Amino acid sequence: MSNETKQILTTDGIPLEISLKKAERKNKIKAFLLVAPLLLFLIITYIFPIGEMFTRSIDDKMITNMLPKTFKSMETWDGKELPSEEVFASFLSDFKILVEKKEHGKLAQRLNKEKNGFNTITKKLFRQVKRNKIDETQSIKEQIMKVHKRWRNVEYWQAIKRTAPPYTSAKYLKAMDMYLNEDNKITQVSEDRRIHRILWLRTVEVAFFVTVFCFLMGYPIAHLLATLPMKYSNLLMICVLLPFWTSLLVRTASWMILLQQQGVVNDFFVLIGLVSDDNRPEMMYNKVGTYVAMTQILLPFMVLPLYSVMKTISPSLMRAGKSLGGTPFVAFWKVYFPLTIPGIGAGCLLVFILAIGYYITPALVGGASGTLISNQIAYHMKTTLDWSFASAMGLMLLGGVLVIYWLYNKLVGVDNIKLG
Amino acid sequence: MPKNTEFVKFDKVDKSYDGKVLVVKDLNLNISEGEFITMLGPSGSGKTTCLMMLAGFETPTNGEIYLDSNPISNIPPHKRGIGMVFQNYALFPHMTVYENLAFPLRVRKVQKDEIDKKVDKALSMVSLSGFESRMPAQLSGGQQQRVAVARALVFDPAVVLMDEPLGALDKNLRESMQYEIKHIHENIGVTVVYVTHDQGEALTMSNRIAVFNDGKVQQLSSPDKLYEEPVNSFVAEFIGENNTFGGEVTDISKDVCKVKLQNGEILANPVSVTSKGDKTTVSIRPERALINPKDKMDNNQTGKIEEVIYHGDHTRVRLDLLGNKEFILKVPNSSNELDLKLGNEIKIGWNSQDARALDPK
Repeated sequence: MSNETKQILTTDGIPLEISLKKAERKNKIKAFLLVAPLLLFLIITYIFPIGEMFTRSIDDKMITNMLPKTFKSMETWDGKELPSEEVFASFLSDFKILVEKKEHGKLAQRLNKEKNGFNTITKKLFRQVKRNKIDETQSIKEQIMKVHKRWRNVEYWQAIKRTAPPYTSAKYLKAMDMYLNEDNKITQVSEDRRIHRILWLRTVEVAFFVTVFCFLMGYPIAHLLATLPMKYSNLLMICVLLPFWTSLLVRTASWMILLQQQGVVNDFFVLIGLVSDDNRPEMMYNKVGTYVAMTQILLPFMVLPLYSVMKTISPSLMRAGKSLGGTPFVAFWKVYFPLTIPGIGAGCLLVFILAIGYYITPALVGGASGTLISNQIAYHMKTTLDWSFASAMGLMLLGGVLVIYWLYNKLVGVDNIKLG
Repeated sequence: MPKNTEFVKFDKVDKSYDGKVLVVKDLNLNISEGEFITMLGPSGSGKTTCLMMLAGFETPTNGEIYLDSNPISNIPPHKRGIGMVFQNYALFPHMTVYENLAFPLRVRKVQKDEIDKKVDKALSMVSLSGFESRMPAQLSGGQQQRVAVARALVFDPAVVLMDEPLGALDKNLRESMQYEIKHIHENIGVTVVYVTHDQGEALTMSNRIAVFNDGKVQQLSSPDKLYEEPVNSFVAEFIGENNTFGGEVTDISKDVCKVKLQNGEILANPVSVTSKGDKTTVSIRPERALINPKDKMDNNQTGKIEEVIYHGDHTRVRLDLLGNKEFILKVPNSSNELDLKLGNEIKIGWNSQDARALDPK
């Protein structure tokens, strides 16, 4: 056994391992330099934006920077009774600086989000400060409390204290229709305001069913592609890929033409007498439209991985299954199907992940009942400009996808995925 | 019990894939029970098509195939009860060796302990006991091959088809597998239909060989007859090595004929020539022509040595003989007193019985 432990030397007497490393170092550096541009690109366009999104979604520094002295003096306050004179004094001094910088409006807005009613009382306080009505030689606490009765209410001071941490989970809670109440407890919003949870569920539901439909339609197509003679399979492959060569927008628009109430499909239904002319079904601006259009658009992502896997399955395996006595169904189910699982996994994962973040199609054909969480994200990006909320939802989506990936890995094993 | 000599019967079978070309033409072939028959031929000769028709993966365009006197054209493959070993083994890659072997038994709803017994027996037959839990990918080519054979035999089929099963193995392994399959066949007495393009394989293993060319059986006979007495020039060319002379029959009697060549005349055995003036190809096996023959032979010629190739156990000598510059002789290594030098003239002799005058090429 001593031979194995003995260090092997090259003819020059250098240990073999070191020599090998030396010889390979150059190649390693070359290889790294080759991938370096891509790595850099990924860092700039992928990792950095995600990090940026994350900080934005939890960032609550604005108010922390506005009221530094107040929060410092509030550290000793137990939050049950009205705060001490010191807190009031530091709040006033912070506020005066804000008035000078004309940033008191932002403060009012932010505090108002935390608790309704701050707008009015901040404005009142602003007027008092502007007119220099507050005499700093006397009790500031008394004077502020006189400005408005809400300044005497401990709840408002508690609200200010809640905004102290530079980071907040409020956006994430909001995306789940929840918020932190006065006692720092996670609470659900009232029932009529719970809109996000419905959207999440609908997104998952749509993604799931689109995946199922794509699988049901894609499997036979892929099988046909893999078994047909070359000249037919090439033609079929072009048909499968054709949608890829057409703009997504154009495809969605053509579905709108087909599916609308006066559209081609409805005309056809009326023509063959399936539905009456005055009772045409709505196939667009609801979930039906979303399902139909998304399934068609995502179908190639299911077909291609399936095809690439099926192509490698030797036809003699099915023959073997049959010649050994299996009925065609048994041969398919016991032999062919298990061998296509890597393709099914890859296709389903791909379609599901693409579907869960789909935006244009649901936005155009989805209507009110067919919009998904991505539409909500876009809404907050463009309309309300609440980017931190949009970031939070985007990250939750990303997290969800990672969870699905993890689940898939647990159940099937990622090594089993085969994209081509 | 007398053996059924028509256990498998191809009756006037035609097969065409495109309606223009016949891949198999008017095939009539009887296979006896327990026989090891080999379909031998170049690629595209229709041998694999015949096998596929027997297995049920192709249907005859015309004619009928009988298995134990029952027509089987309308029986789907899984009900034929024919075992098959495929070219690339076709082991199910997601199943263990045990599961592969159990597959034909499970679909036949055999009891679990019965399955265990049969799988054990089949694996020990191919000397792979203890490999039950391996995956096919963990086996070597030869081992996969054995598993495939065991799987085709485990459900006791009446007929086993083998489609070039040894094609992917290296030479040594292929030879040892040939003997192994032959012994398995001898031990269990199953009917084997074997397809190959390797004549050596066919000669070692088979009871009878059907030589296919151009969709037809050219000759169906035992290996020795096939080699010694080919009935036409295709078979003579295809099986073993062969020296040929093209010529014209000038004189013919019952068992000898005179053939006029471009420059010379030889005596030959009239196999497929019948009258004077017939064009013919005369075929002589290299080992039938001797250098400096001691016995009296009725053909004696002189040739010039063009090339000498050392082959270890024998030496190949290429001669220019009667205008044929590709005349090959095999000289055993024991006869080293011979003076085999390039350009030397040597005397060659052979019996007219061994020079078979066949159809012209």
